[in-house]
Amino acid sequence: MQAVKRIGRYAFERFESLFDTIFGVQHNPLYHLGALGWFFYWIVAVSGIYLYIFFDTGVHQAYESVEYLTYTQWYAGGIARSLHRYASDALIIVMLLHLLREFMMDRLRGPRWFSWVIGIAILWLVFACGITGYWIVWDKLAQYVAIASSEWLDSLPLFGQSIARNFLHDSTLSGRFFSLMVFIHIAVPLILLFILWVHIQRMTQADVNPPKALALSVFAALLVLSLIYPAESQGPADLSRVTSSVGLDWFYMAVYPLIDLFSGLTVWAMAGLATVLLFILPWIPRKKTSLAVVDLENCNGCSRCALDCPFSAIAMRPRSDGSPFAQEAVVLSSKCVGCGICVGACPTATPFRRHSALIAGIELSDHPVMQLRQQVMQTSEGLTGSTRILIFNCATGPDLGALRDNATAVLTLSCIGQLPPPFLDFIITRGFAEGVLLTGCREGDCHYRLGSRWSKQRIARERDPYLRERVPRERLEIFWAGVDQSSELSSRLRAFRQRLAQLDPVRAKGRPPDPTEAAAENA
Amino acid sequence: MLKLAGQLAAFALFALAVGYFSASPQYNYMAADKALIKMNFSHAGQPTQACRKVTQAELDQLAPNMRKPMDCPRERVALLVEVKINGESKFKRAVPPSGIARDGAATVYEKFELAEGTYAVSVAMRDSRREQGYDYIMQKEVSIEAGQVLVIDFEAETGGFKFL
Ligand code: HEM
Ligand code: SF4
Ligand code: SF4
Repeated sequence: MQAVKRIGRYAFERFESLFDTIFGVQHNPLYHLGALGWFFYWIVAVSGIYLYIFFDTGVHQAYESVEYLTYTQWYAGGIARSLHRYASDALIIVMLLHLLREFMMDRLRGPRWFSWVIGIAILWLVFACGITGYWIVWDKLAQYVAIASSEWLDSLPLFGQSIARNFLHDSTLSGRFFSLMVFIHIAVPLILLFILWVHIQRMTQADVNPPKALALSVFAALLVLSLIYPAESQGPADLSRVTSSVGLDWFYMAVYPLIDLFSGLTVWAMAGLATVLLFILPWIPRKKTSLAVVDLENCNGCSRCALDCPFSAIAMRPRSDGSPFAQEAVVLSSKCVGCGICVGACPTATPFRRHSALIAGIELSDHPVMQLRQQVMQTSEGLTGSTRILIFNCATGPDLGALRDNATAVLTLSCIGQLPPPFLDFIITRGFAEGVLLTGCREGDCHYRLGSRWSKQRIARERDPYLRERVPRERLEIFWAGVDQSSELSSRLRAFRQRLAQLDPVRAKGRPPDPTEAAAENA
Repeated sequence: MLKLAGQLAAFALFALAVGYFSASPQYNYMAADKALIKMNFSHAGQPTQACRKVTQAELDQLAPNMRKPMDCPRERVALLVEVKINGESKFKRAVPPSGIARDGAATVYEKFELAEGTYAVSVAMRDSRREQGYDYIMQKEVSIEAGQVLVIDFEAETGGFKFL
């Protein structure tokens, strides 16, 4: 499974690199698939409301009212109809890509199962919306869909009477059943909206709005399509006739040929199996995540960790230990994915503190900051030369083992956002290395959603905790490397080293590096 | 400039894919020269056993509110349905009653694809406990043209099978 993901991720990132050059990182649609999904949902919702004003819900009037919208009122109703259809189709494209991407990028395991499992419900609901939508036009395609769908439902031994009987003959055609479809086509999108909201509940600052330029561009693309190639009906339904072929909307109806090819029950079994398979994917294989743990003695209740946690896994609660602070951080362990971004946000996670006291307000259970400081000091000892570079990368990024040499060390974090800015200060001003290179997931897309964004902002002094001004910025290099960008990372590293060689040596401020301290911690 | 061209190409490709697959390619689900006969009805068969008069001794053993003079088993027989076209049996099936207690109506839904032409269609159904023969039979000569849908329906109150 993880091998499939490695290949899939590499493929995605190749395309992302290509799209980076075409659209720029900011506007790369592959980084905003979920947001584009929301955007298309809103287009469908607004155009749908407009259509509904003129739509006649009677089975014998529906077709004519849609014809009126399409031709007589082509300039508004026709465009609304086309946008309604094409945005629904576009929604399928981005939704399936989004699903595939979240899977390949492995963003579904551990506590992240939640969004995934909700996503499966979304999948079914979206298809239900689309199919009922085509049903209520009551053209030849609707007739095909109505009969094929009700035959498919009838293949399940659930309903006593056959649903297909409603669409058998004009004399059995049920206006009530048709109205039920209209009702479902309005109710299901509303349920979908609620479920979409649930889908992003475990995320702080979920990306629900694509960048404006991207949104405008895709909207323009759909609008142009609507004008050149307006959505039309396929002739009025007539139950006494059967057409030999229909123009399917393959985004929504690819399943129907399967029903003809196999049988209704077989396709139900296939759909059920696919759903079950999707359902268990977050647990194959099980992921052991380390957890954030609060140390109340060191927590002053500043709430920075809660603000920075990308997964809403920290709650600020009234103080429970009698200390004078008003609040304390509480980790909700069922939501914590172990990214460590909270540690990077905690003002008490500073290596300048006395060794014995170095426990931060919030720590990753399997990688405390004390250990990180020790790693820094130890690896520094092994480096030689006048351009020693410490690279910090994250566990989900590309493997950087090949970059190690006697002047270059690599320290791997859970996420780059786990690194508290004072560590950069510590390393450079105390002379543990001449330069620090930070790398993580590719630019514009962090495995833990917000890690690289917060890191950038902390270093740029736009977000707490700020990197102190005294840290010479020319000794910091940041390159967000995707898995397909290892060679660029190497050349960045070479250029960085050349730059460092030309700088004046750092005058170590504060205490000089203290080898005995590192030695003591070793023991 | 190159970037803009790339973006335009990407959006054009996207719109093209959306537009094309939204209604094409056509799906041919039936030969164009064929017609369709659909048979669909729901009908409850007779109970598997006749009602039985309950003896006084048995009645006395029941709680007062359960005392009914007749004991009528709810289970129904399966329908036996047969369709012959030009004398050839195309469909013959025992259709079980619905419901866990097997006391509901049985439902038949079947489609026959036929070439344009005239056919002798005979539909027969047994809904009773008899072992031989049928309770309802309809025999009719029908002409159908390509693309036409003919429906075989059943309504016991109006005498059984009929074409719609
Ligand atoms: C109309 C359909 C959908 C929309 C509009 C949508 C929207 C979103 C949005 C806005 C995010 C947050 C992205 C971020 O800020 O990082 C997200 C995350 C996610 N979605 Fe969807 N989604 C849809 C369907 C699905 C489906 C079908 C699945 C999979 C079965 C899925 C799985 C996920 C997962 C696993 C995450 C990531 C959660 C995490 O980072 O922990 N989504 N979705
Ligand atoms: S490690 Fe910290 S930031 Fe990451 S999910 Fe857990 S609590 Fe949130
Ligand atoms: S950032 Fe640190 S000090 Fe602030 S609330 Fe969180 S754990 Fe406490």
